[in-house]
Amino acid sequence: MIQQQGMRQKTRAWFNSGTPWIWMNAGAIAIALVAVFGLLLLILFRGMSHFWPANVEAFHYENASNSLTVIAEIVESEIVPAESLHGIANTGGDAEGNIERYLVKTGNRDILGSDFRWLYDIDLVERDQPEELMVLERIEWGNFYGYLNSVYENDELVASGDEAWSEFNQRLKRTIEIREKILHLEQVEIGAINYKLERLRLKERSLQLDDKLTEDAAKDLADVRAELNLEYQVLLKETKVLYQDINRDSIRAMVMDGSEVTVPLEKIVKAWQPNKMSLTEKLGFYVHSLWSFITEDPREANTEGGIFPAIFGTVMMVMLMAVLVTPFGVIAAVYLREYARQGALIRIIRIAVNNLAGVPSIVYGVFGLGFFVYFLGGNIDALFFPEALPSPTFGTPGLMWSSLTLALLTLPVVIVATEEGLSRIPRSLREGSLGLGATKAETLWRVVLPMASPAIMTGLILAVARAAGEVAPLMLVGVVKLAPSLPLDGNFPFLHLDRKFMHLGFHIYDVGFQSPNVEAARPLVYATSFLLVVVIVTLNLTAINLRNRLREKYRALDN
Amino acid sequence: MTDTITTTIDESLMKGSASSDTDEICLRVNNLNLFYGESQALTDISFEMKKNRVTAFIGPSGCGKSTLLRCFNRMNDLVDSVRVTGEIILDNKNIYAPDIDVTALRQRVGMVFQKPNPFPMSIFENVAYGLRLQGLNKRRYLEEKVEWALKGSALWEEVKDRLDESALGLSGGQQQRLVIARAIAIEPEILLLDEPASALDPISTLKIEELIYELKSQYTILIVTHNMQQAARVSDETAFMYIGEMIEFGETNKIFTNPEKQQTEDYITGRYG
Repeated sequence: MIQQQGMRQKTRAWFNSGTPWIWMNAGAIAIALVAVFGLLLLILFRGMSHFWPANVEAFHYENASNSLTVIAEIVESEIVPAESLHGIANTGGDAEGNIERYLVKTGNRDILGSDFRWLYDIDLVERDQPEELMVLERIEWGNFYGYLNSVYENDELVASGDEAWSEFNQRLKRTIEIREKILHLEQVEIGAINYKLERLRLKERSLQLDDKLTEDAAKDLADVRAELNLEYQVLLKETKVLYQDINRDSIRAMVMDGSEVTVPLEKIVKAWQPNKMSLTEKLGFYVHSLWSFITEDPREANTEGGIFPAIFGTVMMVMLMAVLVTPFGVIAAVYLREYARQGALIRIIRIAVNNLAGVPSIVYGVFGLGFFVYFLGGNIDALFFPEALPSPTFGTPGLMWSSLTLALLTLPVVIVATEEGLSRIPRSLREGSLGLGATKAETLWRVVLPMASPAIMTGLILAVARAAGEVAPLMLVGVVKLAPSLPLDGNFPFLHLDRKFMHLGFHIYDVGFQSPNVEAARPLVYATSFLLVVVIVTLNLTAINLRNRLREKYRALDN
Repeated sequence: MTDTITTTIDESLMKGSASSDTDEICLRVNNLNLFYGESQALTDISFEMKKNRVTAFIGPSGCGKSTLLRCFNRMNDLVDSVRVTGEIILDNKNIYAPDIDVTALRQRVGMVFQKPNPFPMSIFENVAYGLRLQGLNKRRYLEEKVEWALKGSALWEEVKDRLDESALGLSGGQQQRLVIARAIAIEPEILLLDEPASALDPISTLKIEELIYELKSQYTILIVTHNMQQAARVSDETAFMYIGEMIEFGETNKIFTNPEKQQTEDYITGRYG
């Protein structure tokens, strides 16, 4: 009896001491951290494993009627009861118990029709990893799996057998170099000429609209156009030569059903023999793959290749948004706190600003489309770019409107954070400045705002974090699946605010749900998600670092 | 002609302890009333202040000393509900006239607050702040002025090697002297000191009082203080205030040894306040 009472008292004492509260707090934080890190690790693992050069296996099947060899990479494996497969797979009728099945990537989509298939553990005679198996990453049709037979130059046999591999690699290197030259010529140099020609056409049209197209002016323009066309012809000839060059080599390879196929080298991006590679070689290959993922352009409807344009577009848009939202937000906050007469109107304005933060982001997208794109953009086009009409310049979704829409979305955050910062500045400092003969504006500019800059940075950090992850409004005001060029390039005016751009968040959506080959794309979804998190974390860390420096500088008076 | 000479000599004799060459009137307050909304904080204040003299305002808490002080550079304008009637004449102009440029006024009438409020900038930038406001940005010129101001506030020797360090790293007494340097850097005519040493330790207080004595020769100083001994030590003339009214105004010696009003005598002998 006394023992029971003692126990009860102990429990009550334990409750009252506050210990369970501390445990609850710590537990909540622990759960949150575990969840966040768990998520990051999951997408990291699933995404990054895509780039590892896994071994390729050859599955040898044999039963009474025929034999079959399947060459593929194992993606997943699971155990299923035999009954559930009845009728789906050629189980041979009376298999019992559990069967293992493998999701494998056979590649060779141009020959086989699909990248992936299921393989069953029935009639499986042998599984091995032939060393000579080769994997090719191609520009079209995905990966190729097979055995290298011979190397050809313009239909002439150059090497076969053992020497084929090294010869092939040499020529592949050359082919890649030529391909880069072609890309440079086409995208950069010919692109610049095209751009200049287009500007010329717009100039001509604008002179036409103003009735200023005199004969002299027309002749001048024609001269420039002729010059540009000449340059174009020269470059075109160069590219033709290079195209001939790149089409020179090809290989013959044996695929899994024994037949031989020809693969021109100009279609090949990378070649490797995974079953022969050592761990160090594989690590090197892995790092190289990651690097290309981050720096290259996408291929095949975003299911292959790199995501550089998406990274670039995301960072560019976020920075532009930061540049737009900071002055608006700071000035609005300064007005609300410093200049406006405190009364009913101000309270209403503040409530409105706080409610802005609760509006669903897609509504911002619609507003951006209606007001910015059609109304503002349409009017800007009519006023400043009439020569380009009916093709819109700013009257269409683009980088400028996207950044502006997101700036509007994150405005309340910046305003609230800035107001908070302004209110923390002690009155004595303001009075000190005013007492020296400064006006209110000078006091704000020289003393108050610098002291409030850590708070403004906080607002900016929150704004960036929110905006970098928003996708829904962007779909309406400027993001596209595939952008023909980056918004920043070497042609005047260098930053093209009217161009559409790619975005990591939208890329994830597009690749994950709208790609023709979902299985092939899934690892890319994880990899892109992880990259998006990395980009946001990097942006945040930079801003936080900046804010800490500012905090140190403007440490509040504390004596 | 002899009459005029005699009158002049008589006048200067009557003025007594004039250590400065001019005893002209610098500030004149006529019937000053101040209202915070409905409640009246200052009632019918009138007096005159002479140039290059230190005038102290004493009185119990809440009697309006600081409020009166802040009238001279119109810092009370910062409060929304304030209403002022009456005049304060500086150089034959009423500073409460509607066409007065308040920022120009504040450059002529400097203020030092009770709690030191240096800006979160370097020592140099703090002192140069007022000069930069006036558009004077030449480095050489600013360096000279900053040195002059810091010497004038007896801080130069202690900080001359660390002018670019943050002003927040100074001690309380040093910060107050820095603020004084900041105020005199723009060469005002009048200095308003609102209990400048009340937040400081005795040694720093002593330094500030010595400083006030030195500054007297160049500036007209008004000081509000809770500390009667300080008022007695530092000022030439003293005003005793009580609940918004100026009870007595006169030479410090007289106020403290032989005041005219009973209220004044009660206060200085410590019977209340």
